[in-house]
Amino acid sequence: MENFTPFLSLSGGLIIGIAATLLLAAGRIAGISGILGGLMPPAPAADRKWRWLFLLGLIGGAVLFPILGGDISYIDINPYNFSDEVHYGALIIGGLLVGMGTTIGSGCTSGHGICGLGRLSARSLVSVCTFMAVAGVAVFVIRTVMGG
Amino acid sequence: MFLVIALASGLLFGYGLALSGMLSPAKVVGFLDVAYGWDPSLAFVMGGGLAVTVVAFHFLLKRPHPIFGDKFYLPTRTDIDKRLVIGAALFGAGWGIGGLCPGPAISSLAYASPKIAVFVVAMVVGVLIAKTLFRAKN
Repeated sequence: MENFTPFLSLSGGLIIGIAATLLLAAGRIAGISGILGGLMPPAPAADRKWRWLFLLGLIGGAVLFPILGGDISYIDINPYNFSDEVHYGALIIGGLLVGMGTTIGSGCTSGHGICGLGRLSARSLVSVCTFMAVAGVAVFVIRTVMGG
Repeated sequence: MFLVIALASGLLFGYGLALSGMLSPAKVVGFLDVAYGWDPSLAFVMGGGLAVTVVAFHFLLKRPHPIFGDKFYLPTRTDIDKRLVIGAALFGAGWGIGGLCPGPAISSLAYASPKIAVFVVAMVVGVLIAKTLFRAKN
């Protein structure tokens, strides 16, 4: 449990909740996969500018974090200690699955998790339980194959 | 005004993700890994986010119109169908394999890692594949 960061995680979660509230105050759901999907056809081109600005902000917020004194040394993008070749393969497979799954299932951690549960949607509850459970199984299988 | 709010919301969201620990796939996998050493931190991210949205959304959605805008753009479906569950399962598998979901993946482009860029490109290709499949089907 040496990596347990309840205070930072709670603070980050509160800020994420405020960000989602701000966007809903303008009528929109802060679901990242939905915002991204709306940039691609057959979505209407006129609806794209706010999406680009939100995504630009999403990157900008992460740029600002260390500039404002935040610590990013905790970030480790290779949790299973894969070799580079295997890791690139895992990222391609993982990325394809995330892109397809969130499109087919109409949302991800933010859209279903923070916003959908926030408005007490039964669909979102089913989605969150499903993706959490399957993700847990995927991690268990990979860790077991990699020798714990 | 709406465009300024979209940018501000994105900035806050990205900052919140970085602060929360979500930008580290190792932390995500630690949260999903109940068997080999569980790190429950990320439950606090969802808890914090929901503490705000459950209350704020309740009051916002009571209004006939958003504060900044003419109408709410909300999902209209309420049925639990196969697509919802299959999509969530595929997403969950990808999340466990890569340790990245869409928000943190895009946000992490900030740190210019080629691996993150590869993941984001694959994710965009996945979105396009799914959209094409469903357009062909409908």
